[in-house]
Amino acid sequence: MDVQTLTYIFVGASFTLYIGIAIWSRAGNTDDFYVAGGGVPPLANGMATAADWMSAASFISMAGIISFIGRDGSVYLMGWTGGYVLLALLIAPYLRKFGKYTVPDFVGDRYYSNVARFVAVVCVLFVSFTYVAGQMRGVGIVFSRFLEVEITTGVLIGMTIVFFYAVLGGMKGITYTQVAQYCVLIFAFLVPAIFISMMMTGNPVPQLGFGSTLADGSNTHLLYKLDQLSIELGFEAYTAGKKSTIDMFFITAALMVGTAGLPHVIVRFFTVPKVRDARISAGYALLFIAILYTTAPAVASFARVNLINTVNNVEYKTTPAWFKNWENTNLIAWVDKNQDGKIQYIAGKAFMGKPQFLEMRGAQGERKISNPLNENGNELYIDRDIMVLANPEIANLPNWVIALVAAGGLAAALSTAAGLLLVISTSISHDLLKKMFLKNITDKQELFFARAAAAVAIIIAGYFGIHPPGFVAQVVAFAFGLAASSFFPVILMGIFSKRMNKEGAITGMIIGLTFTASYIIYFKFINPSANSADNWWLGISPEGIGTLGMLFNFIVSGLVSRITAPPPNEIQNMVEDIRIPQGAGASYHHIKS
Amino acid sequence: MSDSHSQQAKAYWKENIRIVLSLLAIWFLVSFGMAILLVDVLDNIHFFGFKFGFWMAQQGSIFCFVILIFVYVYKMNKLDHKYAVDEDRDNFAPDDTYYKNQEPLE
Repeated sequence: MDVQTLTYIFVGASFTLYIGIAIWSRAGNTDDFYVAGGGVPPLANGMATAADWMSAASFISMAGIISFIGRDGSVYLMGWTGGYVLLALLIAPYLRKFGKYTVPDFVGDRYYSNVARFVAVVCVLFVSFTYVAGQMRGVGIVFSRFLEVEITTGVLIGMTIVFFYAVLGGMKGITYTQVAQYCVLIFAFLVPAIFISMMMTGNPVPQLGFGSTLADGSNTHLLYKLDQLSIELGFEAYTAGKKSTIDMFFITAALMVGTAGLPHVIVRFFTVPKVRDARISAGYALLFIAILYTTAPAVASFARVNLINTVNNVEYKTTPAWFKNWENTNLIAWVDKNQDGKIQYIAGKAFMGKPQFLEMRGAQGERKISNPLNENGNELYIDRDIMVLANPEIANLPNWVIALVAAGGLAAALSTAAGLLLVISTSISHDLLKKMFLKNITDKQELFFARAAAAVAIIIAGYFGIHPPGFVAQVVAFAFGLAASSFFPVILMGIFSKRMNKEGAITGMIIGLTFTASYIIYFKFINPSANSADNWWLGISPEGIGTLGMLFNFIVSGLVSRITAPPPNEIQNMVEDIRIPQGAGASYHHIKS
Repeated sequence: MSDSHSQQAKAYWKENIRIVLSLLAIWFLVSFGMAILLVDVLDNIHFFGFKFGFWMAQQGSIFCFVILIFVYVYKMNKLDHKYAVDEDRDNFAPDDTYYKNQEPLE
């Protein structure tokens, strides 16, 4: 069977499964809708959290980015896993004991202030919308390449599916679909990785193949070969870093702390019955995440070696079909600078920016572009995103593996999108309406508002998926920076310091946010040409500045809380109470009454 | 231990903090320490087919993170038991039927 038929079968089957689960797990009340009734078994929650967390970016883009930046890519690997240690040790068990529905709930109650609650809601909405736009775009890309439909159609199909299980099932529907999506995505990521590892090194375990010798009889270790190839072509050695140590440090810290402060991840720990379950499910979640995150760097290095071997100094006319397929989706471009009909792939950018394709073909049949060319020998443009998606084709794997990768990419994008949409709808129906503006609504009405908000959020997300704002990539730094400089310190101090009061928390959040946001806005939007290491403060890039924002937040909130009145007695008692696991099961009963 | 103001609660919290801080020290060492600050030094050590610093940055630190959480879970369960604050003592104790039904038993 051809790839397209197989893709239709795989994607169709997985979508049917998701819809089936949605119908089976409909939410009956707000408890079900917000936290799946608080009755998710820890192992299932671990899987759901893993799927919730691993987005289109983890599945599609991360290995591709690492493939092109080598050791510097470790910031993502460590940043997006190390945060779970913070989450498990410092946050998840205590917020589970607190036992409310959302992060703004905790901030609002702990700091006895609707101002704090409101600031938290605004941050939640900003962070979540930033993220969700990228997911919908991922859905669109997978559809357009593998099923050859318009990106718009792809996004619309994705929206319909998410609408079905997020609006009907709420957290309950999302949780069990995410469990299924985790299985689909991890299988889809591992199968090609195992195939390629076998092919290149003879070792079926990618994590081991990564450090093995090549199977081509040269008896050279893969990574040493890759270093050598990279240097020959004028790149940095793959295993050497380019980023400064201080920047590596700050970016990793910002991603870790940001991860621990992201609302759609935190809220997953509200869904388990006990504090003990919250702890262990963080362990399961990281274990399931680590399976992909330790495979990704192996895939990155295999893909890089394969790519260099397949395209460098190869005649365009003899390139395999995948090369032309991806050229047709605008993600690969080639310009024959020296007119020899062969592809030269060496260090440097072939031209500035993304390729602007013209409606005409060159001498070799390649798509012509209108970009002004750079004065260097490199003739090839490759979008980083295609490394994972094209990897099975580059390695000549069977058609069903290629189809499987498409289903996996969709599972990754849809599961994260659903988790984010739920957080958005909860913040609106629960935090804004029930807690602030429409305090008298019944549970039924609140559930209706939650569903309506989810529906509206899906439409907005879909719009951004079809018309992506040019700044999506830039705002990712924003999402993590904001989570790191606002939520993390406020939540942490809320648990570990009884003395922290509303004055301290609010000033801390505002200082952390303002500092981080202005630094990012300056370098990413106002003066992007100055965005280089020479101009950064202390050599810290906008991606890492959230760490400094977090430190300022800690310092300022600490000082302010010392010179203002301590929090009321009942708040101090509440803090003592959340530190003790006993009684967590009962906390949902308090909410209901 | 219904009274969370008690000396017991303070002692429990103190031991909890000690566990968390010691595990976070390891967390810092394997990631920021070995994989970032000392990466170039450790790269001189060859570890199977890897430079050791590179391996820590792209594989080793992640394995350590997973182990750290499971150690934390083990230690905390023991600590909860020691201070009799574990949830098995609650009136509300979810069991297998609870998981099957997905509805809290009232």
